[in-house]
Amino acid sequence: MSTAPRPINRRTFIKLAMFSMLMFGFGYALVPLYSVFCRVTGLNQVGQDANPVNTQVDFQRVVDIEFDSNVHDMPWKVSAVQTHMAVHPGEISQAEFEVVNTRNEVVTGQAIPSYAPPEAAQYFRKLSCFCFNKQTLAAGQKLRLPVVFVVDPSLPKEIGTITLSYTFFNVEGNIRAQSVATPDRS
Amino acid sequence: MQKSANGQAQTEAHGHRPEGLRRWLTTTNHKDIGTLYLWFSFTMFIVGGIMALIIRAELFQPGLQLIEPERYNQIVTLHGLIMVFGAIMPAFVGFANWMIPLQIGASDMAFGRLNNWSFWLLIPASLLLVTSLFVPGGAAGVGWTLYPPLSIQMGMGMDLAIFSVHILGISSILGSINIITTVLNLRAPGMTMLKMPMFAWTWLITAFLIIAVMPVFAGAVTMLLTDRHFGTSFFSAAGGGDPVLYQHVFWFFGHPEVYIVILPGFGIISHVIPAFSRKPLFGYTSMVYATASIAILSFFVWGHHMFTSGMPVAGQIFYMYATMLIAVPTGVKVFNWTATMWRGALTFETPMLFAIGFIFLFVMGGFSGLVLAMTAVDVQMHNTYYVVAHFHYTMVAGALFSAFAAVYYWLPKWTGHMYSEMLGKVHFWLTMIFFNMTFFVQHFLGLAGMPRRIPDYALQFADFNAISSIGAFGLGLSQLLFLYIVITCIKGGPKAEAKPWDGAEGLEWEVASPAPYHTWETQPVIK
Repeated sequence: MSTAPRPINRRTFIKLAMFSMLMFGFGYALVPLYSVFCRVTGLNQVGQDANPVNTQVDFQRVVDIEFDSNVHDMPWKVSAVQTHMAVHPGEISQAEFEVVNTRNEVVTGQAIPSYAPPEAAQYFRKLSCFCFNKQTLAAGQKLRLPVVFVVDPSLPKEIGTITLSYTFFNVEGNIRAQSVATPDRS
Repeated sequence: MQKSANGQAQTEAHGHRPEGLRRWLTTTNHKDIGTLYLWFSFTMFIVGGIMALIIRAELFQPGLQLIEPERYNQIVTLHGLIMVFGAIMPAFVGFANWMIPLQIGASDMAFGRLNNWSFWLLIPASLLLVTSLFVPGGAAGVGWTLYPPLSIQMGMGMDLAIFSVHILGISSILGSINIITTVLNLRAPGMTMLKMPMFAWTWLITAFLIIAVMPVFAGAVTMLLTDRHFGTSFFSAAGGGDPVLYQHVFWFFGHPEVYIVILPGFGIISHVIPAFSRKPLFGYTSMVYATASIAILSFFVWGHHMFTSGMPVAGQIFYMYATMLIAVPTGVKVFNWTATMWRGALTFETPMLFAIGFIFLFVMGGFSGLVLAMTAVDVQMHNTYYVVAHFHYTMVAGALFSAFAAVYYWLPKWTGHMYSEMLGKVHFWLTMIFFNMTFFVQHFLGLAGMPRRIPDYALQFADFNAISSIGAFGLGLSQLLFLYIVITCIKGGPKAEAKPWDGAEGLEWEVASPAPYHTWETQPVIK
């Protein structure tokens, strides 16, 4: 059977060979097709910035947050930058407090929060707060301290207003507290 | 023109052939090439089997005893590649070369020279794979799927694997084009498509699958190669590529590939079961359509290999149901085989034993596949030994058992001698028992959470692994008996009639045993 292939076989061969070449190209075509498919359907977000959407916000409800502050036996003046805020439960909000060291030397203090009504405390979630660390202020230094919080949407209906009150305590001179405390980053 | 040993000028067309090595190097005869394919396949089966035994020896006890973890990874990778591309696929191409021209009444394959090339390309490809074990850095140790990012970072063993895959791909594409052309153009007059033997039908569909997906795999490994050496970033995340993209492209090839290795087996079983039931195949037309349905569905299920790679729920649900849908045409086939046996005059010669063993074990592999198809379950089982057990039930008990059935069924036609029926049955039972001893316990290991592709394991897995390793060595040694049976059958034995099985149907039984070097030079006419 050393004769040349019959013409009909040659035609079949060419068709099939072209088909397999096409499929080789299709393998490459899968690369852009994959990107287009992912973009159109929004399935694959690899390499893009994450834009988290908070779906937990209860826009139907407004809770009034009142801010209060005082010092306990300290040479600091503390005041809330804003006296109150209206927030939606689930919404991430930020409030600021201004502190001034009125003494002529370095003073370290720490704030302790308290809530009114007290049962609101478990629904008031602080994501970041100056009260988590000790704060050290140089002589006469003025500083704005932020607190980032979210009110849990499961806050009982009857609570319409939450008062957040900070009391600053002097921790200077407490050697044991200083030795175990983390380094200050004021 | 070829010179024969006595110096007389002869052409192949006159029924003579060169002798010795040149006969095999230059042959364009479909029977010679089929024989070459089958011996090559058996050699690679032994090579891949030795690798499997190294794996099982390492896993016999917890802890690291025999080989370094890097070497273990390389051997696992080569075992997979060699068994799929070196053992199973060439075995079925060998059967196709030998039997399809005989079955459809053609004098040879459509393209003789091409056929010769398809075979001889396998030799450099397999040498590249095996010798890559000895290059600096060793062979590719990434698993047969060649996933990036690891496959982008590996040493030169990975390049050898990529080139090997290229050559293997070219070989199987050329072989498939040859088979399709033969089946479409060279059938005996009167043999319409729906009178074709099932083996020719399943191979026609398989060959179309091969030319559709092998080029895609070649493209995927070419992209790996250019990512490694030529600064592209298809899959390299450092350059903005996406490693998960490789998994999509690979499994677009990989899933049809697992049907490529089983569909010809379905064809063989569809000949053996009717022959030893002495009844025609039940539901021939539905068999054809079921095979085609499986082939088409195989293009839409690749995502089920990637449930844990990051996939939206909609995609997971789509792939889950599409995968389960494949159970329908497969169920049609199993039903038809069972219905063929129903009220048949059954006898249990070795081919029939392997065929029934195939149905029994393949159905088990199919059911564990359905378990894995369920996304919620797969997330637990992914990359555990449950998966290993599943695909060895389909590929060893499926492809290998059907290949054994084919060898025993057609061996009298090839050699002109009957093999030892007693030894054949011993071979079957040893294979059946040790196969289940090896792989059945791996279901339990997987369910208990033992991960695959790791050379060490926690102590609680020790007993089942020891059982599995003993089974594996028994399974491996049993195949030496198979080699002995085949060699003794080639050398001698009771003379085989043209049709040694009284229930067998088909044109291949109308030529003498052993089949003459040239057959069907005048085509038979089918009424």
